[in-house]
Amino acid sequence: MDIETFIVGLLAATLRMATPLIFGTLGELISERAGILNLGIEGTLFLGAFVGFMVTFASGSLELGLFAAVLAGILAGLLMALLTVTLGLNQHVSGLGLTLFLTGLSLFLFRLILGERSVQPSIISFPKLTPFGDLPVIGPITAQYSLTYIAILLVPVFWWLIYRTSFGMNLRAAGENPEATDAAGVNVFHIRYIALGLAGGLMAAGGAFLSMAQTGSFTFQIVNGRGWVCIALIIFASWLPKRVLWGALLFGGMDALQLRLQSTGLNLPYELFLALPYLVTILTLTLTGRNASAPAAILKPYRRE
Amino acid sequence: MPSWVLERRPASLWVRPLIPLAAVLVTFLLTSVLVLLSGKNPLEVYYYFLLAPLSNEVSAVEVLVKSTPLLFTGAAVTFAFAAGYWNIGAEGQLLAGAIAAAGLGMVVKGWPPALAILVMVLGGFAAGLLWALIPALLKVRLAVDEVVTTLLMNTIILFLISFLLNGVWRDPVTHFPQSPTIVEEAMFPKIVPMSRLHLGFLIAWVAVGVCWLVLKRTGLGLRMRAMGLGAEAARFAGVKVNRTLLIAALVSGGIAGVAGASEVCGIHFHLIESISPGYGYTGIIAATLGGLNPLAVGLASLFIGLIETGAQSVSRALGVPIYLGNVVEATLLLVTLSMLLLQNYRIRRG
Repeated sequence: MDIETFIVGLLAATLRMATPLIFGTLGELISERAGILNLGIEGTLFLGAFVGFMVTFASGSLELGLFAAVLAGILAGLLMALLTVTLGLNQHVSGLGLTLFLTGLSLFLFRLILGERSVQPSIISFPKLTPFGDLPVIGPITAQYSLTYIAILLVPVFWWLIYRTSFGMNLRAAGENPEATDAAGVNVFHIRYIALGLAGGLMAAGGAFLSMAQTGSFTFQIVNGRGWVCIALIIFASWLPKRVLWGALLFGGMDALQLRLQSTGLNLPYELFLALPYLVTILTLTLTGRNASAPAAILKPYRRE
Repeated sequence: MPSWVLERRPASLWVRPLIPLAAVLVTFLLTSVLVLLSGKNPLEVYYYFLLAPLSNEVSAVEVLVKSTPLLFTGAAVTFAFAAGYWNIGAEGQLLAGAIAAAGLGMVVKGWPPALAILVMVLGGFAAGLLWALIPALLKVRLAVDEVVTTLLMNTIILFLISFLLNGVWRDPVTHFPQSPTIVEEAMFPKIVPMSRLHLGFLIAWVAVGVCWLVLKRTGLGLRMRAMGLGAEAARFAGVKVNRTLLIAALVSGGIAGVAGASEVCGIHFHLIESISPGYGYTGIIAATLGGLNPLAVGLASLFIGLIETGAQSVSRALGVPIYLGNVVEATLLLVTLSMLLLQNYRIRRG
């Protein structure tokens, strides 16, 4: 393989690998900015992958599948809101519980509907867009699924939403100081419900990308810890939308690189590349310490007394 | 006409143990929706779930086998949570203990078995403790929140295991990604002959007992529980918060590490990637269900062991997907967590 093909392939794969991370991390970002650490992310990605696949498999419509996945994700987000906003329960235990619940539920329904099969059922996945056709270099790099383009476009959209709209201001306020936000006449509960619903929809879209675009099938390892990568990415990105994009490209690139190194047959410890995002995140935490840029009210339930 | 008023006042003491029991009931009511969806009769399904495993000795012993790692992780999580240290990393600490046991288990050939087993247990403890050290130090030195760091450590160690099993420890004969079988001296003896129940079950109860003793009967335990109620208040009352947090975090990690050693030396006899199907997370369920009282957490672990065995028997007997067990466990966690709120209220005649 010559070096140009290698790099072009790597860049194209980086964008593909980054897509679910961008969706998931933007979702986690909006949730954490509102003051809720949503550890339900791993399960919500899984749910999105399952529902998107299943509905497409049953109906034959990719659009319907994606819509159903996002809807299921929103419901999962609202369930998280019920637990952590209305009931004010411990956010991390609720989030882990939600992940266990959604994973178990998806597995149960998958088995119930399709039974045990020797051949994995599959769907015809989303087609790739090829805006630059067969042009050398740029053509293959930009040959991506529409969801990849949407994910990248969502980054400036969310920057605008968070920093340039009154909703975004209220969202940030609810995550920094819910008491003051409430006193200013903004309903913190509503803001957090909207944020978690939105977050769930985004996460599920990221999961749906895995089953409906990248693979066209649903396997039990399909998410494989990507939710936890997003949790790490948020810290790496210091809760800033723009850096989410760079972080996702970096983490996705690392994944794409290790896959390529593995296939070259060279005896490299590819696990190190997979662990690198996590190690970098823990290093970031060690260097910045005290979570300087984390929303102040995260992990604290808000109650009106 | 009498009317009833809901007051925000701690519930009577007798209500507290009833809450987990009520949560179990509510969980089974909620999950029977899924059972109905699968076209089965919930009563029949729950017979196979909860009673059938206890109806013969073989599967009853299997309940104890399945509860063994959960007794450890439940105790580990309880020990940390009670002090307000949110150790989500029992899963990774368990795996660290498993790595240590798999490694040590290759070198203790010819040792007296009692000594070899002691080395396994202590090695597992030390490895779990070490894996818990980084998040704990980040917490006490730099005030970095432990929830995310302990969680991320769980994933990092999976890569370490994959690295070991695909590299130096790959089985030299079969080339399967599993470590060489540990020597006989390091294997835990069976408690019930012809079953899988091993010494780990008893060690787990010792861990549960020690946790109970420390938390409920010592000054350290009192200080830990004070911190669980509020670190600032405890600091004000003269508790050395950082030191106590460090003890809670490291002992918690150590106990979880022994769980890994117990799985290696009692069940598998080598390290495999899928050695823990999430025992560390299930430990959080046990700790929550047991209300952070170690003895109650022990009972909760037995109950979850029953659910795991029951899920197999339901799947075998009625063809209901085995994952019903996962759904029941997760629902139980969320329902218990929600219903524990009830202990802040009482109902009285107004």
